[in-house]
Amino acid sequence: MGLSNPLTTSPRAYRAKKPLGQRLRRNLTGYAFISPFIIGFLCFTLVPMAISLYLSFTKYNLFAPPRWIGFDNYIKMFTGDPKYMHSLKVTLLYVFVGVPLRLGFALFVAMILNTKSRMVGAYRTVYYLPSIIGGSVAVSIMWRNIFSDTGIINGMLGFFGLGPVSWFGNPDAALFMLITLSVWQFGSSMLIFLAGLKNISGEMYEAASVDGAGFFRKFFKITLPLLSSVILFNMVMQTISAFMTFVPAYIISKGEGGPMDGTMLYSLYLFRQAFMFNNMGYASAMAWVMLLLVGVMTGILFKTSKSWVFYESGGGK
Amino acid sequence: MAKNKIKWPIYHILIGGLAIIMLYPILWMVLSSFKESRLVFVTAQTLLPHPWEWGNYAKGWEGVAGYSFGVFIKNSFVIVIVATFGAVFSSSLVAFGFARNKFIGHGLWFGIMMMTLMLPADVVLVPQYIIYTKLNWLDSIRPIVIPQFFGVPFFIFLMLQFIRTIPAELDEAATIDGCGKFRLYYKIILPLIRPSMATAAIFSFYWRWEDLLGPVLYLNSPSKYTVSMGLKMFLDSESVSNWGPMFAMSVLSLTPVMLIFFIFQKQIVDGISTSGLKG
Repeated sequence: MGLSNPLTTSPRAYRAKKPLGQRLRRNLTGYAFISPFIIGFLCFTLVPMAISLYLSFTKYNLFAPPRWIGFDNYIKMFTGDPKYMHSLKVTLLYVFVGVPLRLGFALFVAMILNTKSRMVGAYRTVYYLPSIIGGSVAVSIMWRNIFSDTGIINGMLGFFGLGPVSWFGNPDAALFMLITLSVWQFGSSMLIFLAGLKNISGEMYEAASVDGAGFFRKFFKITLPLLSSVILFNMVMQTISAFMTFVPAYIISKGEGGPMDGTMLYSLYLFRQAFMFNNMGYASAMAWVMLLLVGVMTGILFKTSKSWVFYESGGGK
Repeated sequence: MAKNKIKWPIYHILIGGLAIIMLYPILWMVLSSFKESRLVFVTAQTLLPHPWEWGNYAKGWEGVAGYSFGVFIKNSFVIVIVATFGAVFSSSLVAFGFARNKFIGHGLWFGIMMMTLMLPADVVLVPQYIIYTKLNWLDSIRPIVIPQFFGVPFFIFLMLQFIRTIPAELDEAATIDGCGKFRLYYKIILPLIRPSMATAAIFSFYWRWEDLLGPVLYLNSPSKYTVSMGLKMFLDSESVSNWGPMFAMSVLSLTPVMLIFFIFQKQIVDGISTSGLKG
């Protein structure tokens, strides 16, 4: 990479150069450094997205050339494919129940852990561990088995006198099982909240206490507003990743999305359409609807919060 | 003061109790991997195995479809090492490019990078598969590792944040001494951002190690399967209900992840807290 040869660019020679050449060199150096990203973005993101958009208007099975069918795929999704609508419903339920539960739990535990106790480090480790291993096949296998008919969850329910639940026989129960797996991994959000809480100075709470503010007042008037950008960031990232959840649904239902499509999350249905039924065009259309949905949700989240700090102008440190 | 003394034990019972509930499933699986397969669910409510069945690990290691679990572990390590090297190296280049260079279109490309950070991967799943098929990359690790050599937005962002904490005077001094941009990158910046590179490497390890979609789509022959695929095959042949060996290999697959977690805890916690990297 001899783009800026240090031997010939002594300070004086540098200054003596034409400003245009200097600027050109500076630009070339900059682009040389970010070129891996630019090439990668073009080859693995932009071009594939263009192909995907084109395919979404075609019928394509990988073997015969794509056949243009206009908006048929999109129309079929919303009018001729009840399984798709069901999958969308299940996914929205998973996202809108799972993400708030997970974030609420994460914030609650972060607030409890935001003390100077010596044990905090150990607890933080324990709570965070599930997030680290949560995406693995091993954990999905584990989850599948603790919810089995004679597994520990039913054992615990039995201890409280509640009847055994057939987690794999009831679609709602199966979805609930997936949601609990997601809530169990609240640790990464908790860490981000903890970092945010650490930035709020204790003096503010003391001043509020002196003025007679109680716990809830302090929570709603100090903690929540000062954490709002962190909460928003968490919400956006968690919503997107929840929308794309694949491994747990795939492993727990053994790739079928059952029982009765109860765990047929969007990504799983897309995967099955694309790679089991070879409906590449239809799957591409599904992907674009997903992008649109995620985009709209993210847009709403950003719009509704005015305290969002944009990274490039904000993070000058 | 007195009030705090009463509160203290309640606090620890509450928060410690929650910790036990959180860990219980993991503990259950680890101990079940030492139970006889037929007893796993009969004795699901007792934690300790009786008798201890060590053979599960040997039986699990024999693997599936005629391939030992050792093969899957080796395959996973090859992917993880190549992909992590590519991801960390290329991301550090791009991060330096954004942090320490002014060029036309800087804001545009930075914006694009932040957008790809949030782009659902499903959108490019189908076309990428088609492209790799046309390139004849199927049944090889190329579709899984090669894209990692073009910068990973999360890692770029992480390192970018780190480079911003390095005083710019350092660059200026080096430039006056006749140091070009590339030398500045590898002589000065690269050694200084090592902590953030370590964090990126740890997460790259996790993501590649746990990855299931990539191997499911792109690896067809069992001789190339990764650990995730090996476990999935165990599950698919679950009808014979050999829970013991399946749990044993699940525990084994989590061992490297856990080891790294306990050794590099500080980096991981810092990584999450500063950039919102997801575990």
